[in-house]
Amino acid sequence: MAESENIVAETAEKIFADLADAQTINRDKKGAWKAPLWQALSEAGLPLSWVPEDCGGSGASMAEGFSVLSAAGRFAVAVPLAETMLAGWLLAQVKITSPDGEMTVAPASPKDRITLNADRSLSGRARGVPFAKAAKHIAVLANGAGGLSIALVKAGDCRIEAGLNLGGDDNDTVTFDKVTPVTVKPAPQGFDHNALLLMGGVARSLQIAGALESMLDISVRYSNERVAFEKKISKFQAVQHNLARLAGESAAALAAATSAADAIANSTSFNDEVFLEAASAKIRCAEAAEKGGAIAHQVHGAIGFTIEHILHRYSLRALGWRDDFGSESYWAVELGKLVAARGADELWPLVASR
Amino acid sequence: MTAALRFDPIRLPPECEKLRKEVRAFLAEEIAAGTFDPHKPNREDTDAPEFSRRVGAKGWLGMTWPKKYGGHERSFLERYVVTEEMRVANAPTRRFFVADRQSGPVLLKYAPENIKMDILPRICRGEVCFAIGMSEPNSGSDLFAAKTKATKTDGGYLINGTKIWTSSAHIADYMIAIFRTSPPTKENRRHGLTQFLVKMKQPGIQVNPIGQITGQYEFNEVVFTDFFVPEDHVLGEVDGAWKQATSELAYERSGPERFLETYYVLTELVRAVGKNPDTRSAEGIGRLVAQLHTMRRMSVSVAGMLQAGKEPVVEASIVKDIGTVWEQALPHRVRDLAAFVDPDASNHETLENQLSFAIKTAPKLTIQGGTTEVLRGIIARGLGLR
Repeated sequence: MAESENIVAETAEKIFADLADAQTINRDKKGAWKAPLWQALSEAGLPLSWVPEDCGGSGASMAEGFSVLSAAGRFAVAVPLAETMLAGWLLAQVKITSPDGEMTVAPASPKDRITLNADRSLSGRARGVPFAKAAKHIAVLANGAGGLSIALVKAGDCRIEAGLNLGGDDNDTVTFDKVTPVTVKPAPQGFDHNALLLMGGVARSLQIAGALESMLDISVRYSNERVAFEKKISKFQAVQHNLARLAGESAAALAAATSAADAIANSTSFNDEVFLEAASAKIRCAEAAEKGGAIAHQVHGAIGFTIEHILHRYSLRALGWRDDFGSESYWAVELGKLVAARGADELWPLVASR
Repeated sequence: MTAALRFDPIRLPPECEKLRKEVRAFLAEEIAAGTFDPHKPNREDTDAPEFSRRVGAKGWLGMTWPKKYGGHERSFLERYVVTEEMRVANAPTRRFFVADRQSGPVLLKYAPENIKMDILPRICRGEVCFAIGMSEPNSGSDLFAAKTKATKTDGGYLINGTKIWTSSAHIADYMIAIFRTSPPTKENRRHGLTQFLVKMKQPGIQVNPIGQITGQYEFNEVVFTDFFVPEDHVLGEVDGAWKQATSELAYERSGPERFLETYYVLTELVRAVGKNPDTRSAEGIGRLVAQLHTMRRMSVSVAGMLQAGKEPVVEASIVKDIGTVWEQALPHRVRDLAAFVDPDASNHETLENQLSFAIKTAPKLTIQGGTTEVLRGIIARGLGLR
């Protein structure tokens, strides 16, 4: 889909440009930018993009929602937009109406499991839940005796230990100690933890790819301004080749993430082909965050290492996002197991499946 | 903002999947008939003229060209499928690959009608092999330093000089080469080179094979001594070859051959580790597959843009840069992962032989057809740095 035809993405882009300017946010030590940004996003219906209108959302397509996340990545947006979108999407799987306000999802890590007890209460602990402290509600995927369920929980009913990710955003541990959900319904047939993690992973992949686009942009700009040895540093071949490699990492992240998003948007299930797309995106985008971010910092020199400069807003968030919904190491093992189980002669047919 | 790079999620249309099945069935028959062994990329004789004709008969050469020249007017995406299936099967494509990918399109664009009518249908039938005469002993990446001279004479040109690293020149029927028709000017050092069609296997051309570190003899030195080329074999503008080079690069640089050259070692590694790999093997394989998948998505995306009539030169250079660096490192990563594979695994010897060949092949991958350094220069220009 061409972006010019995507009014949802354009709306998001405009809100970010007006209310999520990196320089402004970087100077604002008190976080005064957060409330107006969230309000504008909410008024535009963006946090509930993936929620059908009959469940309280704005009923945008999967593709439109994914393009909002790309834009959010380009601005390194640090409000629970992706998290609320994911929560709304999870709740919509079982037609639970999304409440107003910030939400997040749990579990957000492959090792964590939340149990649905016989008395309909939830027990367990979820680590690394992004923006739990900021959320009013949490959408939970829980394991019960009868299989998986999807529940809507009030964040205030849970014990939340605050933490921060590499980018300085909330990344908390949520403990469910016999918490009674607002609503709970059995998950649809075929829906599992992988579906939630892969969906979250693709969201993070798009955000990382977006952040890399911006890192490339500001690094190219800086290299064309900064003078050393009596010429712009962009004229040095060593710098040019570094930036060419950053462009390559940015391109790889963009291609992997948008392809995975497109695969999910056009598939009715999380089959092997979608698994390949989504897991690959998370792996490759995480690698690009490391390699590309390092080059962006190298080009900027010491100034890029200061808290005053905006580069860290992108570079550290991209690195932090690697850890959410399964790291690249986790997905590499899972993808490797899948490939091995299918057998050597089924590798190429999988890669060439679309 | 920097000019945004585009890699739209292009999907292969349904006709491609039907075609893919046909190609796989054809290759399976050829393997069964003993034409080639897909597990042995290191065979000494990579020329297979009869195979080339059978591929032509299938309609898989000149796929995107006009029917009047023997072509099939199919899409770049369909050609993409044929190319990747041949490459993954280690099929012997040497005889037709360059003509189909590169030389034919140059002729289509710049050759006079009589030459197009003569040669293009023969390429489509898999009958003729092409070489590309670019590099010279003192002119490699710096293409515009070429010195081999084309001197105007009655009815054509006399060629004197030496081309080098010319793949397939020893079996080629034709070469598309650049020769110097004028000295460079002060304002434009790229001025003065002209593209020519050269008929090989004639007096005045001497082809000297050059051994490669893999043990193969695929490239050559080609010496021209007062070799006559007729006037109508000039391709495009005299002295203006530099204008003709860039738009073709996107075709040449972004295909599946730019990351699949050593792919076979990955398949064989998966076979060697078996159905239940340990964590280390699983993670290693998973990462390599994710990287491979990503490059293929990038490459298919460029093919889709070509099909849409765009010229994604920077995107294509990025695909070749990332792809060749990856396929160069691949045998070494596979070697790392194979270190603890059971030496009694049934395919252990095959894997060892393949690794040995792939590791020897690896150094050339980031040199041939535009070095990593040249590609990064092109990308840097696209970013507005030069």
